[in-house]
Amino acid sequence: MPYDPRLVQPMRDEMVRMGARELTTVAEVDAAMGDPKGTMLVVVNSVCGCAAGAARPALALALTHPTRPQQVVTVFAGQDTDATARARQFFADYAPSSPSMALFRDGEVVHFVHRHMIEGHSPQDIAKGLTAAFDKYCATTAV
Amino acid sequence: MSGHVFHPGHAELHGVTVVLEMAGEGLYVGRYHEETPAGILLHDVAEHQPAGAGVTREEFLRKTLKFGVRATHKHLVIPTAQVRRISRLVEWESGQS
Repeated sequence: MPYDPRLVQPMRDEMVRMGARELTTVAEVDAAMGDPKGTMLVVVNSVCGCAAGAARPALALALTHPTRPQQVVTVFAGQDTDATARARQFFADYAPSSPSMALFRDGEVVHFVHRHMIEGHSPQDIAKGLTAAFDKYCATTAV
Repeated sequence: MSGHVFHPGHAELHGVTVVLEMAGEGLYVGRYHEETPAGILLHDVAEHQPAGAGVTREEFLRKTLKFGVRATHKHLVIPTAQVRRISRLVEWESGQS
């Protein structure tokens, strides 16, 4: 059963403040993820303070990095259940967990951050792993 | 809001994905909730039993690390006396745990 929307609104707002676009319906997920061009980070947000409490600040830190994905979108597990289920179909090889993050390049998952990679780690450590992935997969080559 | 935990006073491993190595050769991977008189309560649990598993314990853990925990039990209570060792799943990343 979803939490009271008023309770999770600050967690949604935190994501939007750092530049993520919320996808709350299947149609929004399809519209965002249906076009495989470029780089996109898909964040599965979560109420769980044990892990999401570190994931969101880590993401905020990582998104200050000069190299970052062209798009950052987010679905909220346990809240926007249809949208989350649809988003997970795009990375179905990976077991569902929340919070988690999937980095796509041209429609392919190139880096995945599972919940177990977040638990017990500082936001700085998580951000370090994310920015390393951004540098590896999101850097554009000058022509 | 970041860092907020709705259920304070929890055990150190609460919410952490752990590997429970059993006194036999089996193991469980799941999210630690708490230890109760009946045993250790895990959520979203994957299980590896060597007999008929088709993959070795190491392959199972390697796949779990890469693709996540493919849970076959929503909740499971493992009797503490049967647990040989508890470790965090991420500790297996180096393959040395």
